[in-house]
Amino acid sequence: MSREQQAVPPKAVSLLTIFLVFLKVGAFTFGGGYAMLPIIQREVVTRRQWIGEKHFFDLLIVAQSLPGTIALNSAIQVGMRLRGIPGGILAALGVVIPSVGIILALVIFFLPAFQGNVFVKAVFYGLRPAVVALIAMAVINLGRNIFDHWSSIALAAVLLAVTLLLKVHPIIVLLTGGLAGLMIFKEKAN
Amino acid sequence: MLPYLCSLYGIFLKIGLFTIGGGYAMIPLMEREIITRHGWLTAAEFLDIVAVAEVTPGPLAINAATFIGYRLGGFGGAMLASLGVITPSLVILLLFGNFLMQLILDPCAERFLKGLRPALIALISVAVITLGRAALVDLTTALIAAGLFVIGIFCPRLNPLYLIVMGALLGLLFYPY
Repeated sequence: MSREQQAVPPKAVSLLTIFLVFLKVGAFTFGGGYAMLPIIQREVVTRRQWIGEKHFFDLLIVAQSLPGTIALNSAIQVGMRLRGIPGGILAALGVVIPSVGIILALVIFFLPAFQGNVFVKAVFYGLRPAVVALIAMAVINLGRNIFDHWSSIALAAVLLAVTLLLKVHPIIVLLTGGLAGLMIFKEKAN
Repeated sequence: MLPYLCSLYGIFLKIGLFTIGGGYAMIPLMEREIITRHGWLTAAEFLDIVAVAEVTPGPLAINAATFIGYRLGGFGGAMLASLGVITPSLVILLLFGNFLMQLILDPCAERFLKGLRPALIALISVAVITLGRAALVDLTTALIAAGLFVIGIFCPRLNPLYLIVMGALLGLLFYPY
């Protein structure tokens, strides 16, 4: 745990270790990607000191700015930093295998047994509004980080109106937003 | 079957490619492609899948893709859908990993992302409206959503899993049996 160790470049970590660490992260982290990040941080920065704290936050910036889930993007980058491309692939497999395995086990063995059960219906009756609440929270949480300037708010409002009225495909909305960002924020970028 | 499975892979590849900034970014894309465009699932079924994806370990997008893929194409569909959402991450990071830091800190990319995020907010807001129509079927469900939303806003560090569990318990308690 000593701080000096952070400066030491990562030793040759075995591919199996990389796989197992991310398998553990993937199998025991509930609550989606954002809940996984502190766990990944604890494993690779605090406990194993594979990478320094600052480097980890740099990885997060890349992970959030690229396509794909944040947890997976972070894992691949950590794996690559330790053991190049094979390390990246094994880190990805570690994160993905529990997800896919657990969902498959659920849908193949577990869910069919409960189909039509009134209590399962009752549970999902409450789960649906809970998911809507979570998605609405995502809007608020994203907004907190973004709306530091009136032009971002205006852009969101215009795109919201356009999406509601014209039913444009989400990809078009995203690209329009990006291009608008290139034009609007030109002078203000510091 | 094969062309269908290929299009399944293609759709999830597209979803993965435009999911920028975390799992919830994927919801408007999935909603558009799976519910509106192809009519493969209803909004209520989609919400059920997202709920299960939230309570199982791992990233939301991968869990949801595996589940939807299985519903639409069995075991092969599950494999192809999950492969589809992770392909962009793998290809981009493995091929360009070393240059990405400079690229993302480039002022141009920064401005593009700065415009992308308000667009994401607009899209997720629309998804809240569309999915809300399917989930809030009576006063009870509306109150459950509102209550959990308020709890979530006042406890921003609360793991979403707890809100999901509360939703399930409230459902059991207040379902009109």
